[in-house]
Amino acid sequence: MEIPSFRRTGVISVEELRSLGLLPPEERLRKGPVAILECPEQIPCNICVDACPSGAIRMDKITDIPRVDWDKCVGCGTCVAMCPGLAAFVVDLSKPNRAYVTVPHEFLPVPREGEEVWLLSRDGRRVGRGRVVKVWERNRTWVVTVEVPRELAMEVRAVWVER
Amino acid sequence: MPPSDRRIWDHPILVFERGKKVRFFFEGVEVEAYEGESVAAALYAIGIDVFSYSAKLGRPRGPFCMIGKCSSCFMIVDGVPNTRTCVELVRDGMRVERQRGLAPIPSTTPPEGAEEEVLEADVLVIGGGPAGLSAALEAASYGLDVVLVDEHFRLGGQLVKQTHKFFGSKELFGGLRGFQIAEVMSEKLSKMSNVRVLLRSVAYGVFRGGWVGIASRNKLYRVRPRAVVVASGASEQYLAFPGNDLPGVMGAGGAQTLMNEFGVRPGEKALVVGSGNVGLIVSYQLLQAGVKVVAILEIMPSIGGWFVHAAKVRRYGVPIMTSHTISAAWGSERVEGATIVKVDERFNPIPGSERDVECDLILISVGLAPDARLLAQARAVMRWVPELGGPVPLRTIDLETSVPNMYVAGDASGIEEATSAMIEGRIAALSIVSKLAEGRRGVEAAEKAKKLVDFLWNEYRTSPLLSRARRGKEKATVSHEEMEKLRREFPPAASFG
Ligand code: SF4
Ligand code: SF4
Repeated sequence: MEIPSFRRTGVISVEELRSLGLLPPEERLRKGPVAILECPEQIPCNICVDACPSGAIRMDKITDIPRVDWDKCVGCGTCVAMCPGLAAFVVDLSKPNRAYVTVPHEFLPVPREGEEVWLLSRDGRRVGRGRVVKVWERNRTWVVTVEVPRELAMEVRAVWVER
Repeated sequence: MPPSDRRIWDHPILVFERGKKVRFFFEGVEVEAYEGESVAAALYAIGIDVFSYSAKLGRPRGPFCMIGKCSSCFMIVDGVPNTRTCVELVRDGMRVERQRGLAPIPSTTPPEGAEEEVLEADVLVIGGGPAGLSAALEAASYGLDVVLVDEHFRLGGQLVKQTHKFFGSKELFGGLRGFQIAEVMSEKLSKMSNVRVLLRSVAYGVFRGGWVGIASRNKLYRVRPRAVVVASGASEQYLAFPGNDLPGVMGAGGAQTLMNEFGVRPGEKALVVGSGNVGLIVSYQLLQAGVKVVAILEIMPSIGGWFVHAAKVRRYGVPIMTSHTISAAWGSERVEGATIVKVDERFNPIPGSERDVECDLILISVGLAPDARLLAQARAVMRWVPELGGPVPLRTIDLETSVPNMYVAGDASGIEEATSAMIEGRIAALSIVSKLAEGRRGVEAAEKAKKLVDFLWNEYRTSPLLSRARRGKEKATVSHEEMEKLRREFPPAASFG
């Protein structure tokens, strides 16, 4: 069996996510916030299933890949806060000319609402600056929603604060 | 705080509540520390890198494992040489000196003398990490009298330095951070009157008649339990390269202990060797502690650990260099840099591909080796299982070894991960309960054990991420009939029960 490229690089591509069925359809993204679980490896874990208040994440056994029911998901971000792998994100393409990405954050300083922060891609590049619109915390994982240029909605997966 | 203070005061996950100030003498000079710190952590915090000079060549040495498993942090404490300063708490007025070569053993015994005590216990649990704590809790909840022994001055084993949240499920403490799991379990245990905890104590040998010797500070215990669970964990593996003994070359776990247990920054710029989960997790934790990670090296062509852990460090710009390894570390009294090299398919360095990187910390995370020496000493039948990191005792599915009523659980049974360790600890304890408890409770425990065995093998370990460990554990597990045969062929040195 060929080793998938994300196992060599630690970076999963949008194409890989799509081919694994981990991306919501375009129409769903345009309707409002929705979770994307970048968790392709059958980790023995079902924390997200348990955490989701909408019962939107499915798994038959603990070693399955978590599957989001895109219609049930309301994009609340609970899974972003709870996922031990920090592999859950929320993307929202419902507003014109911009997008919102929600990422987990466990570094100091913690972003403040309204603040401009660096936008980081999956491979750690600073791909732009974005304004933080919402921050909340659970057990020291901060859930940060940031406004990003629309074309970066599938690239930005972390933020960095420089004060 | 003094400029050389390496203590972390602000951390995204951890709050370091430092105890009151303690003053002791280092090489005759008064220094400050905080109550609850180990001597090694306290010295490291004030910028001391060299703890001793080696016996023959006088090379500088600094701490490596930080959990009492190696000899890198040996110093002379109150005149006693070879003191493991990483598991020695700071005390007012204590005198600590660097060891230069082999130090003479003091001719006088401590004035307090040593006491002896004989303990009664149903179950002796050796090791207070995830497996041992789980075993002790499970056994005690059925009313058995438990003695729990650990080398450290705190329970929790390696959980106490795990700041990441655990996978698994809610029932298995999933979603909690490692140190929080340790807190929950220790708290529960402290409420049980039938558990006696011996910290800073070492179970050093199994003797004829089923006696186990335990050495504590100035005290010697002897116990003849009806059953034993060996959950003594693992030690970090080492890597050979020039300069690997320089202060600043540390086990990845050692750095975790320093920064997450004691809140001391292990360096400024780190190079991490090995991309298994430990290497990936420690890299992320270094970033959280404000340490720059220059790169993670991986000799294999793909990343060793789980993708989600790799993705976490990649997002913050840490390069993971596959098919790369370290060829040398340099510096005089502390690491100042390293030479890294690309390797071919057969892991041979490719000439001309060497590159120098600046760093003051090199973390070795090339795997763990099970620590099952007590079982080997009791003459349990051992097998070398590469998938498990080294020699491990053969065991039945309920984790009993060839020494009757001596069980093994957690990393001592073969390297896997903390959640499986907790499950194993419970299986071992429940299996003991099923033999020792009367009537319904025994039956209940047997059923519970069976369910856990079924979950562990038929669900949890079916994850492809655990397939290597699973293969190893299959190799180390024998049927009850086979075990009986082994016992006849290789009689154990003792037996319990
Ligand atoms: S975003 Fe909320 S509703 Fe959607 S999957 Fe995550 S937890 Fe469930
Ligand atoms: S909680 Fe995170 S790591 Fe666990 S299954 Fe869900 S997405 Fe994967």
